[in-house]
This record gives sequence, structure tokens and C-alpha cells, in this order.
Amino acid sequence: MHTLLYVETTNLTRILAIAACVVGALLPSATASAQESPYIVTYDHYLEEPGNLDIEWFSLFATQREGNDFHAFWAEFEYGVKAWWTTELYLDGQTTFNDSTLFTGFRWENRFKLFKREHVVNPVLYVEYEQISDADKILKEIEGHDVQADQAPPNSILASTINHELEFKLLLSKTWKGWNVAVNPLMTKNLSPNDPLEFGYAIGVSRVLGQKASPNACTLCPENFIVGAELYGGLGDTEQFGLVDTSHYLAPVMAWNLPSGWTVRFSPGFGLNGNSHRLLMRAGISREISGFGDRVSRIFEGRQ
Amino acid sequence: MKTLAAHCGMTVGSVAAAALLAFGMGRTWAQEQPDSGHHEHRSSWDYTALARVPEKDKARQNPLEGDPDAIAAGEKLFMQHCAECHGENLGGSTRGINLMDEEVREATPGALFWILTNGVVRRGMPVWSRLPEPQRWQIVAFLKSAVGEVK
Repeated sequence: MHTLLYVETTNLTRILAIAACVVGALLPSATASAQESPYIVTYDHYLEEPGNLDIEWFSLFATQREGNDFHAFWAEFEYGVKAWWTTELYLDGQTTFNDSTLFTGFRWENRFKLFKREHVVNPVLYVEYEQISDADKILKEIEGHDVQADQAPPNSILASTINHELEFKLLLSKTWKGWNVAVNPLMTKNLSPNDPLEFGYAIGVSRVLGQKASPNACTLCPENFIVGAELYGGLGDTEQFGLVDTSHYLAPVMAWNLPSGWTVRFSPGFGLNGNSHRLLMRAGISREISGFGDRVSRIFEGRQ
Repeated sequence: MKTLAAHCGMTVGSVAAAALLAFGMGRTWAQEQPDSGHHEHRSSWDYTALARVPEKDKARQNPLEGDPDAIAAGEKLFMQHCAECHGENLGGSTRGINLMDEEVREATPGALFWILTNGVVRRGMPVWSRLPEPQRWQIVAFLKSAVGEVK
């Protein structure tokens, strides 16, 4: 088994090394400072600016009842294809304490803005393909009858099952008088024929602390901080729909958008029932690279 | 062992294929869409968007107009969020129109605020309602001030 785990982590290292080389070659391009959302699970209706690449790294430390606590982590590569289309690649991994470290799979996500103007509610269609093992513990969404006990078995057992899933979300969001409210119902289908449709939800509320910007350059001024809260959990499946026999979390969220282009996020999440992990400590760091698409196309076209 | 090793290979291949497919599709779409073409072509579309601003929104006044602090803050916000496409001197680039063009200079503060809020999504300009309303008015105050200097 050690050999197998070594194979898994070696491939993770290889993927990350290739990604780092590509990004490193392109880093001389300008960085951009967008007003990044503080949400980690919930999505608002704002997409990545066209041609920009946002690189993000997130960590999740979680307590585990009747098992080992774990550290799950994922990298996100978010690219603005158009002002109405954002595509994103996730690479997931985890370390379970007193057990092992694994690459647990990837996700390919696409978000499409449906309306060309702002409305009372702004819908965005979210479509994702996932190829992840049962050992995936990033808990980026809770669906169906997901419970904390799912993460308790050893990695050697969890990693042996690979899931191919399609996930759909309707991202509904509105920003009004400085407050953003986002509601994301979700539906997941495991592509194996006998699995039912699973449902879940995420709701987020957030506000920029400083509504007016300071005239001076500043790192700690209120306009750089966005705070809020997320509520997310499962809604059962087509055989048993509802709030029971699944897990739910409430998580304050905070984002600090630095003038240098970096964004730092922090979110302690608390389980709301016995099926939930007691504590989910999430943190993330991201940086946006402006004009990434133009720079890559110049490389491939062989011009300056 | 073979199963997991095969999975690893499949995973690496799938990741690479997904990334290439996403990027390739993006470039293909960009080449097909009007907003990735010549700068003047993009500009004509965006001016059409300006003309489509509802009358009541065009008539809105900037509550921060002429406020020196708002203009300075607006310049800072412009450099952070807008200059990457519209240029630090507002002169535009392949990704954003020239904000010193006559159509933009003559637009009312309310029209500029509406464009900032709603974007011109089909033509590449993102929605900026994520910025609080006072910050959007600060950007408009800076734009009108910069245009005034040119005049």
C-alpha cells in the first residue's frame, strides 16, 4: 500500500510541478486586484474577468469523531474565458493524521452568467464534472446524506472507490446597499447508474466593511475587508429528501483583499448537528494574474 | 496495484485534457467573438451599450461629484480594478475601450455608473456591482475629473 500511496503523491507532485512551471513562466504579467468574495463554499454571481487567471490555494483542518483529524487541501485555477463564462480546475488532496497523504482527484467547473444585466436576482448556471475518490475530504459542498462518519475509515479503504459525478448548481445572488446575498441550490448525479440524484444547498451573506474607499493607498483600511457568513448542508436525495440524516454547517467568513493583488480568506465552520464535523477551519490565499490568456496565446503563436 | 496505478495515469491525463480543452475552447471562442477583434470594432459595440442606458439612469447625479477625496479614491480604485483593460492613462487597450473617446467623455455620470454596475457582459466588460455603490460613484467622479482635464 505504501508503494501505491507513493504513486499517488508522486503524481500529485508532478501535476503541481508542471502547473508551477507554466504559471511561473507567465508570472511576469501584471497582477490585478479584484474585489474577491469571502465565500469558500457559496458562490455569488460574479465571474472572473476575461483573460485573467486566479490561482488559489485552500486548506481545511477538520476534527473527526471516531477517526483521525485531517488536513484537506486544494488548488484552484480559475480562468475568465468571457465576461459571462468562467472555467475552473480543482486539484484535491488530503493528509489524514496518523494515516497518509493522498491526491484525491480533480474537478472541472464551468459557470455561465445567464443575464447580460443586473436584475433583482442574478442567476448563474454552474456545471461541474468530478473524478474524485471517497478519500476526498475538502467538503467544498455537502450533498445527499453526507455525514462526518463518511470520512472516518482509513485512507486505504476510502481511496479504493473512485466516483465520477456531474454536479449542477443554480447560483442566485444579489448585491444591494452594500450587502451580498447568495443562494445556491445544488444537484449531483453519480454517473454509476444505480445512484439517486442528491441535493444540497449553500447560502451566504456578506458585506464590504468600508463602503467608501480611502483616497490613500492602504493595506488595513476597511474597504479591503469583506465579512459575512455561510450556511450549507445536504438535502437528501430522490429517495429521501429533507434536512435529516445529513450534515449542516454555519461558518463566518472573512476576506482581506490586499492592494498587492493577494487575497487572504479565513473561515471557521461549526457543525450544526451530530452528523457534522464539530469544527472546520478553512483558510485560503489567492492571486489574480491579469492578461494570462493573451500571454499564453502569444507564446503559442510565437510572437512577442 | 494495477487499478490504482491506472487510475493515477487516467487522472493525470484527464486533468491535462480538461485544462487544455478549457483553454483551447476559450481561445477558440475568443477568436469567434466580436470583442476580441480590432480595438475600433470593440469600441463601436461599447458605445452602443452607452446609448442603451435607460433615461432615468442617465439622469442620476453623482452624490460625490467634485469631492477631491472622492476623485482621489476613484483614481486609486480605477488603477486597482480598471486600468488593466482601459490603461492607466484611460487610453484603452486591446481589452478595453479608450475612455477619452468623445462618446465616453460626453456620457452623463449616471450613464457611466450604470455601465459600471451592469457591465457590457456580452462584449467583455464585467459587472462591477460587487464594488459598493459609493466606490462606483468615486470611480465616476475620477473619470469625469480626468475628462475635464483633457477638455
